[in-house]
Amino acid sequence: MKKDELRTPVSQRPHVIESTHVEKGIGENVSVFINDKKITVPFGTSILDACRENQIHVPTLCHHPDLCIAGTCRICVVEVEGMRTLQTSCSFPITAPIKIHTSTPMVRKARRHIVDLLLSEHYGECYTCVRNNNCELQSLAKEYGVDEYMFGHVTESRYKVDKSSYSVVRDMDKCILCKRCVRTCIDLQEVGVLEAIDRGYETHISTFMEKPLADVICINCGQCINRCPTGALKANDPSDEIWEAIDDPTKHVVMQTAPSPRAAIGEMFGQEPGKSFTGEMNTALRRIGFDKVFDTNFTADLTIMEEGTELIKRLYSALVKKDKSVALPQFTSCSPGWVKYLEHFYPDYIPNLSSAKSPQQMFGALIKTFYAQEEGIDPKDIVCVALMPCAAKKFECNRPEMNSSGFKDVDYGLTTREMGKMIMEAGILLPEMPQSHFDNPFGDASGAGLIFGATGGVMEAALRTVLELVTGEKVENFFDRANITPVRGFEGIKYAEVPVTKVGPVPEILKNLIPNWDWLKDATLKVAVVHGTANAKKVMEDIKAGGKFSECHFIEFMACPGGCLGGGGQPIPTTEEIRKKRAQAIYSEDESLPVRKSHENEHVVSLYDKFLTDGPCGEISHKLLHTHYIKRGKFIV
Amino acid sequence: MLLEEKNSLSEEIEKYVNEYGNNRAALMPILQAVQRNHNYVSDFAQQEVARMLDIHPVEVYSVISFYSFLHSKPRGRNIVRLCRTIACDMVGKDAVEKAVTRELGIGFGETTKDGKITLEFTNCLGMCDQGPAMIVNERVFVKLDPEKAINILNEIK
Amino acid sequence: MEVMTEKKIERKGPVLFSPYKRGEGIKAALKLKRNDILFEVKEAGLKGRGGAGFPTSAKWMLTAAAKSDKKYIVCNADEGEPGTFKDRVLLLEYPELVFEGMVIAGYTVGSDQGIVYLRGEYEYMLSSLEDYLKEMKKDNLLGDKILGTDFNFNINIHLGSGAYVCGEETALIESLEGHRGEPRNRPPYPVNTGFMGCPTVVNNVETLSSVPHIITKSGEWFKKHGTDKSTGSKLFSVSGDCNKPGVYELPWGTTIKELLKLVEAKDTKAVQVGGASGVCVPVNQFDRKLGFEDLATGGSIMIFNKKRDMLKVLKNFMEFFVEESCGQCTPCRIGNVKLLEGTEMIEKGTHTFKYINTLKELGKTMQVASKCGLGQSSPNSFISILDNFKEEIFSSGRNGGDKK
Repeated sequence: MKKDELRTPVSQRPHVIESTHVEKGIGENVSVFINDKKITVPFGTSILDACRENQIHVPTLCHHPDLCIAGTCRICVVEVEGMRTLQTSCSFPITAPIKIHTSTPMVRKARRHIVDLLLSEHYGECYTCVRNNNCELQSLAKEYGVDEYMFGHVTESRYKVDKSSYSVVRDMDKCILCKRCVRTCIDLQEVGVLEAIDRGYETHISTFMEKPLADVICINCGQCINRCPTGALKANDPSDEIWEAIDDPTKHVVMQTAPSPRAAIGEMFGQEPGKSFTGEMNTALRRIGFDKVFDTNFTADLTIMEEGTELIKRLYSALVKKDKSVALPQFTSCSPGWVKYLEHFYPDYIPNLSSAKSPQQMFGALIKTFYAQEEGIDPKDIVCVALMPCAAKKFECNRPEMNSSGFKDVDYGLTTREMGKMIMEAGILLPEMPQSHFDNPFGDASGAGLIFGATGGVMEAALRTVLELVTGEKVENFFDRANITPVRGFEGIKYAEVPVTKVGPVPEILKNLIPNWDWLKDATLKVAVVHGTANAKKVMEDIKAGGKFSECHFIEFMACPGGCLGGGGQPIPTTEEIRKKRAQAIYSEDESLPVRKSHENEHVVSLYDKFLTDGPCGEISHKLLHTHYIKRGKFIV
Repeated sequence: MLLEEKNSLSEEIEKYVNEYGNNRAALMPILQAVQRNHNYVSDFAQQEVARMLDIHPVEVYSVISFYSFLHSKPRGRNIVRLCRTIACDMVGKDAVEKAVTRELGIGFGETTKDGKITLEFTNCLGMCDQGPAMIVNERVFVKLDPEKAINILNEIK
Repeated sequence: MEVMTEKKIERKGPVLFSPYKRGEGIKAALKLKRNDILFEVKEAGLKGRGGAGFPTSAKWMLTAAAKSDKKYIVCNADEGEPGTFKDRVLLLEYPELVFEGMVIAGYTVGSDQGIVYLRGEYEYMLSSLEDYLKEMKKDNLLGDKILGTDFNFNINIHLGSGAYVCGEETALIESLEGHRGEPRNRPPYPVNTGFMGCPTVVNNVETLSSVPHIITKSGEWFKKHGTDKSTGSKLFSVSGDCNKPGVYELPWGTTIKELLKLVEAKDTKAVQVGGASGVCVPVNQFDRKLGFEDLATGGSIMIFNKKRDMLKVLKNFMEFFVEESCGQCTPCRIGNVKLLEGTEMIEKGTHTFKYINTLKELGKTMQVASKCGLGQSSPNSFISILDNFKEEIFSSGRNGGDKK
């Protein structure tokens, strides 16, 4: 077994069942009886999957479709004829023609006991919990008709709530030890901050030496929150402060919203995943009392201009000036989870990170400078709230260096979940809102900015712009309807080569940086798209070893699986299926927009005319729109 | 911790890694070796082990916290564990327990002020035919009575 | 070593402690074909001596049939069941049987690596065992080309660190791999996916010790002892209220009454068979037989006389399980705590019979819904002690301590 496969305990790894079939067609399928109904499933299918495919409900708790099997909560037990004990349907592979019963007296009693045992240790009350009405334990209690605490109920708190992190709050009194967060942190994200500590009744989930989350190498991705079945993990919610600012007449409260929340917020109001509620959300935000509602996609377009220019500069220095000190491939820096991951795990590669700030932070810097000037508002009275699908954005806006406006550029990062809650609190039924547009000057954005929400989106946006700037031709000539499909999709690591078949004249905006494009003639642009930090680790190790990815020019990294649309601030549940639907919503909205390339966004162009007068990567933009990073390393003090 | 101490600890751990291997299966023997030498596995040592085995520090901590005989906090130079399982309990464990706590002036789970002895309970030592039994570091003492137990403790350096 | 006292083995029976010359088993085995060994072990009807009683030959056959370049033989010397100490005696007095059993198992299933998982509490044995392995190597009973054949086999000793649950075979493997000792989901079983994902035989010390005898003296001979379904003999670790505690080799099928006579127990009220995870047998059932047909056990026999307070015994057991549960699965992690709390309620007199019955039902759930044998067997003593000693436990005159 390879070393890297040894990471998770086998107890928590999916097991490969060797198929016994010798010939194709023989032994590939097994017929079983579930509740006396004959069902044929592929060899090795778990009982749970077999049940679900046949509309037989089996409750689960420690099971999550994104994670490997744990088999620890035992709620999904079923009876298999001939076996003395009950079997967990999530972990039991069907390899023989067995007879399964999912609702016998023994099974029902066991499930009821298990729910009651969990409740007896579950400290805290539903109505003071952020997950009220969206809690898997609560649903199970209802499902199993719990009308009294069979085994009593804890009356005293056992653990201190850890509020040290800007992003994630841990309340272990509500933990039911399903270890979904552990599997998320170690397996899915390979960050390795959370593990089960101690043994037996004392078992709890904690960090290295029980240190506060802020002091360990948590990247704040919040994926653990998204997978927690209860309220044990939640985001650090600033909505009270935001309400206060809204209610304060001296404050000018502006909202910037990222592309992913609008594609998911409907889910919080009972809507099917896969529908965007952009216009409705804008109206709702105004009714709540935000003075202006802006689109973060605008600064996403700006990010493309800055990051794309930076890439061209790097390539020019490396290829033409033969400057060996230039770090390539260039990495994207929009995902604050990824940025912190790199700072901790691969600090030597910080030079590869684009110095361009994330769209959120660019926005904050512009609001409190350009916008304040234009509107004649004292920047100290501006409160900038960022609606993000992300837990790490909360940390990002609190990074001490993020104050290029002279103030805290972005005051609060708000997750989709928290926004949904605020909308509800205001008594607004989101899906029934009339539609309205964003406010200008930061209200018109291109489809390129929008697709930042999906994995591959930043790359696609960058390619749309870079290809047009270099070739002088429409990108539609290379890719049908400007959809650069090779960088789309949910594969963990995508690699693409884009040949530069011709070069055009250097556009005005870049003229002071490079004389011509000749050096790119017949070149092939090598790019990669990576989402989920476990995949990022693979790519970084490959780069370290001088593999194929070290020869890339530009790599998009997103900390969360699926990119921002699967972010740690998105509605719960988030599964692969839901991520796909959100991506559909984003891509179809992109296709519906009139402007789909960042450099064609006229407001961006005019911003360079009016304010960032020395162009992309110029001095002004360098001060406001670029940043630096910290070599954090892995050592925990 | 001084830099010099850190360096020598790193070297020591590296020696164990060379001996037991740099894969995860070597984790327990390495931790046991560190503990044998230092009485506990400090957080620096844990991170060094994690680094050399390419696992996360929290995984090392998790493993240490799982096993009764591994510790992440400093303890006494000598560990005295008294068996509290029923067979020893029936033949006079309570008397030994009382005598020992009285003599050392500490309770179980505590360490003497001079850092010499940590007292602990343990589950069955496999000496049920010869109880009460006690294990001092890795040496086993059987058929204890209060006097015998105190004599043993007095001999500990 | 201060460990040894005069009393070790109280009774040497005719099987495990029958005369044996060192190296004999390996010599005989290497002359046989693998299948012949499997046949012999099957013929002997040898079943796992750790308590579960899975047929050893079946385990070996499955491992032998599994396709893999690497296979492992693991000797489970994590003897942690309260009241069990037979492995201690075997390892100290008869290491040749244990190690040769491993070599023979290795030869049979096609493995070249044996691992002894020795519980941390037995660290004092480590150096003598390692010395013994060196000697075996010197005599070419271990190492490369054993006794001039093409068969290579090595044995490492891995020390545990104080976790009872590691006696469960999959938890043991997790522990060997450097993880928390948390049992795995089964299937897959270790015979297919064991240590490092390779086919692995995990056998108890006593099981392995029987093997050299079976090979040298035949399965037929082994089968002559014991009963139909429980062949051979069993080592019983006897402790508690009797004059002669110690290890006894007795044929399977011996009744409790017979055993009590042998160990000179008087005024016995109850016998806990199988340690904390076993069942508590009251006087009126002393005719029951020890064996897989009736009272299957890993050999722990704890004797309680009339003075003992059975509730105190139960509490001691439940405290043990609360502490030793790995904490992974819900029924075991929280269930044991509830059972302990229930015991304490009875102690204080704050219980209701309704709640105690609810807890017994919970115990039954734990028996079928826990992930591993620990949680599946921890309610045994709760249920059997409360059922069999009702009158004593719920009598109004309880004083919470031993009766005078």
